Amino acid sequence: MSTPASEEFPAGDARSGAHPGEAQPGGAQPMAGSPPVAGPGPSHAELAAMSREELVTLGGEMDGVRVVYAEPPVPPGSRLEKRAVRQVAASFLGVTLSVVAFVVLFVAWPWQLDYSGQGEGFDYAALYTPLLGLTLGSALTFLGVGVVLWAKKLMTYEVVVQDRHEGASPQIERQTTAATMLSGLNDTGIGRHTLVRRTLLLASAALGLLAVVPLVGGLIKKPGDQLFRTPWEPGMRLLGLDGVPVRPLDMRPGSLQTVFPPVEAGNRSADAVTMLIRLLPDQAQRYRPREGQEGYRWNDFVAFSKICTHAGCPVSLYEQETGLILCPCHQSQFDVTDGAKSIFGPATRSLPQLPLDVDNDGYFVATSDFTEPIGPAFWERSS
Amino acid sequence: MSTSAPARPATPIGRAASGADERLTIAGPLRRTLNKVFPDHWSFLLGEIALYTFVILLLTGTYLTFFFDASMEEVVYDGSYDPLRGVEMSKAYATSLDISFDVRGGLLMRQIHHWAALLFVAAIVVHLMRTFFTGAFRKPREANWMIGVALLVLGILEGVFGYSLPDDLLSGTGLRIINAIIMSIPVIGTWTAFAIFGGEFPGEVIIARFYILHVLLIPGILLALISAHLLLIVKNKHTQFPGPGRTEDNVVGKRFFPVFAVKSGGFFMVVFGLTAALGGLVQINPIWLYGPYNPGLVSAGSQPDWYVGFLDGSTRLFPPWDLYIFGYNIPPLFWPTIVMPGILFTLLALYPIIEAKLTKDTAHHNLLQRPRDVPVRTAIGAMALAFYTVLWISGGNDLIADKFNISLNAMTWVGRIGLIVLPPIAYWVAYRLCLGLQQHDRQVLEHGVETGIIRRLPHGEFIEVHQPLGPVDAHGHGSLQYGGAPVPKRMNHIGGLGRAVKGFFTPIEDAAPRHDPALDEERQVELTGSGRPKDTEA
Ligand code: HEM
Ligand code: FES
Repeated sequence: MSTPASEEFPAGDARSGAHPGEAQPGGAQPMAGSPPVAGPGPSHAELAAMSREELVTLGGEMDGVRVVYAEPPVPPGSRLEKRAVRQVAASFLGVTLSVVAFVVLFVAWPWQLDYSGQGEGFDYAALYTPLLGLTLGSALTFLGVGVVLWAKKLMTYEVVVQDRHEGASPQIERQTTAATMLSGLNDTGIGRHTLVRRTLLLASAALGLLAVVPLVGGLIKKPGDQLFRTPWEPGMRLLGLDGVPVRPLDMRPGSLQTVFPPVEAGNRSADAVTMLIRLLPDQAQRYRPREGQEGYRWNDFVAFSKICTHAGCPVSLYEQETGLILCPCHQSQFDVTDGAKSIFGPATRSLPQLPLDVDNDGYFVATSDFTEPIGPAFWERSS
Repeated sequence: MSTSAPARPATPIGRAASGADERLTIAGPLRRTLNKVFPDHWSFLLGEIALYTFVILLLTGTYLTFFFDASMEEVVYDGSYDPLRGVEMSKAYATSLDISFDVRGGLLMRQIHHWAALLFVAAIVVHLMRTFFTGAFRKPREANWMIGVALLVLGILEGVFGYSLPDDLLSGTGLRIINAIIMSIPVIGTWTAFAIFGGEFPGEVIIARFYILHVLLIPGILLALISAHLLLIVKNKHTQFPGPGRTEDNVVGKRFFPVFAVKSGGFFMVVFGLTAALGGLVQINPIWLYGPYNPGLVSAGSQPDWYVGFLDGSTRLFPPWDLYIFGYNIPPLFWPTIVMPGILFTLLALYPIIEAKLTKDTAHHNLLQRPRDVPVRTAIGAMALAFYTVLWISGGNDLIADKFNISLNAMTWVGRIGLIVLPPIAYWVAYRLCLGLQQHDRQVLEHGVETGIIRRLPHGEFIEVHQPLGPVDAHGHGSLQYGGAPVPKRMNHIGGLGRAVKGFFTPIEDAAPRHDPALDEERQVELTGSGRPKDTEA
């Protein structure tokens, strides 16, 4: 029995898990490590006289390759071989059939889904993509399986050993190469002419700049105060999703509504989007505004930025009973009754509050923009 | 030159080959390539799967570019998906819908592309683990390890950019977070975010910029790195597991041509086929359900692709620590999304150098190690996996909390504590496990394989018969040394039991003879109670 530690190669056991009596060395004869062909090698006439096997062996020797075991995986002409041939051929037939099915389905199957709601019964177009996937997948898989079976069951099972030639180059190569390099370098005089060296270094740095400046210069945009303001302005009405200004009586206690400023594309603005909340009576009772923001509420109405102060997701899950707002992205929680203070999760800051009032016509208005930057924090924000 | 010059080849193919060689002098290198020997082990296929899925991505991605328009210009949707008709959306989203509903086979291609992307990164990760746990990264292959880590990072980035392209609600939310992450970088964050997004989020250019990164720049770099990766493998040759006849100075396996090449081609087709079937049968990223991006809207339970999950998790677990330096702010987002992955990937890339420094190992290694034989490294790997897994699971902690009715806050705390407690435990368990396995190997080498045969000795003691694996000394102890290769542990590993005869309805081969007389002669020695041969004559 072969053992893992044995050094030489027992040919009969080359195949791991081989069964006694089954694996016999055969086919190509083992060639005990003959040295690579040195010198001129065989002449043309000798080459012409060699058989193909001999030529293969010779090529192997030149490449440091030795076949130590080679055996057809099934006996030629046996029932096993016939079965393997049938399996491979069946797989290849499967390819053709699948491709035909794919093409027919691609062209002929109904493919546009009917969403009008008028269609009756099952919409066969729903099967279009699954059927295409199935037939394309089976065509490719059949091809792959056929090819692998072919290689495994019909091609010679071989164990081949190739020598490695690696590690450092021979000393003669190393020293002559090093000398050639150094001599060339010496010839350039880069070591002696300090001035050339230094000005060249300087020039490379300058060239590096050349690569960076146009790109950075083209891309750069001055942030200015854009992060510190939003489209909200004093006296702007709060529009609902439908674009209609909101009045106090529109909202039941405990409800929340997303509002926008009345500006161009305000309902898609990434920084102005705001939540208008009508507190439950007991919440209004214990409502604690942030310092200096006592006047921002209007009766039991408060308005906060909808953009999470953590990474900018819209906070959207409002639990009326507890007055908690949850951000779906990383689960930060904000307590509305505590000035939308962040009470759990990775967010650190309260949601900024929009100061509210009601104008003479009875519509909600903002009395100013947010008084601090909304959304995720950044280097320049100082509180 | 000589009178016995070889005759001109008789066949047209032979003449063409001869003509090519006259011009390119290619015969030698070509034969060396055909003769190159590849070791045969299933785990060497993992890297190939990564390569195959990359090719699938190139093919399907190129197809998608014919129909996709990476523009953020607002249009009113007028395609055949009724629920969104009349809705304002970006051209990117509209054309993604068109690919899904108005291009024959377009949905199939989109879904194959997405599945292939998931598999691509997964194959890289598993391939990396194989390389790590077997020590394949040691000298002379450190550079290739680093290229591999670069491929992983770029693969993840490429996936993130691709995920952003359709401009649906989910990918837009992802973009919002990317913007916030960039803004969180100290000093340059705000300016960098404005440069990349062309102004304040969302701006009008980000999809187009990500598009060119996604279809040209990063695939180009990936292609170059993959080529370098493969060239280095050819140069260094494959590693191999220790085993009979395998040494540091040879490769044992199959020649490239024909068996290896044919098999590889077959495996490629199988991988392609399974990915295609997935793309057709299993829905992925149904963007039409999410609707167009709107900064004020979000859907709960939204998940990124799996390979971003660990960053999502670290972001969720990180405590709310705000830092102010001279009136400037470093937001908590900075640490889990930039610093942590930065450190992790740097450590990963430098691991070969760190390990070589610590173990003072400067030798050349072509033979792989079994994970159990290097307990410290294996334990470090287990520790890293535990850390990663806690982060990854935490990336979906809201789903888990929802499913099992646990409070979210509890899940977050479990994650925070688990992140600190579990890795050391994983280290200890893996270390012990390695030592235990090592010990068992040594035991079997010394005392032989358990046969399951119980014998009763004359004085009444019961003992189990052991089959030694090789020659034994006077005390019946095996003299085999452990060679770094698997030790057979059951009788059928050493041919003690015949295998099943092939054939479905009727046998189509002869059963192997139960006893091979030739083998009997050298092996059939009666065993003593302890499994030692009674009398060793030879
Ligand atoms: C390593 C490589 C790649 C990865 C990991 C990757 C990943 C992705 C992902 C996750 C998506 C979103 C798919 C969806 O709509 O569900 C995507 C979209 C896309 N990818 Fe790739 N991709 C890769 C390479 C490529 C290449 C090489 C091209 C083109 C030459 C390409 C072209 C596209 C296009 C046009 C889209 C938008 C399709 C749409 O929105 O419907 N990708 N990619
Ligand atoms: S974006 Fe809200 S918690 Fe992260």
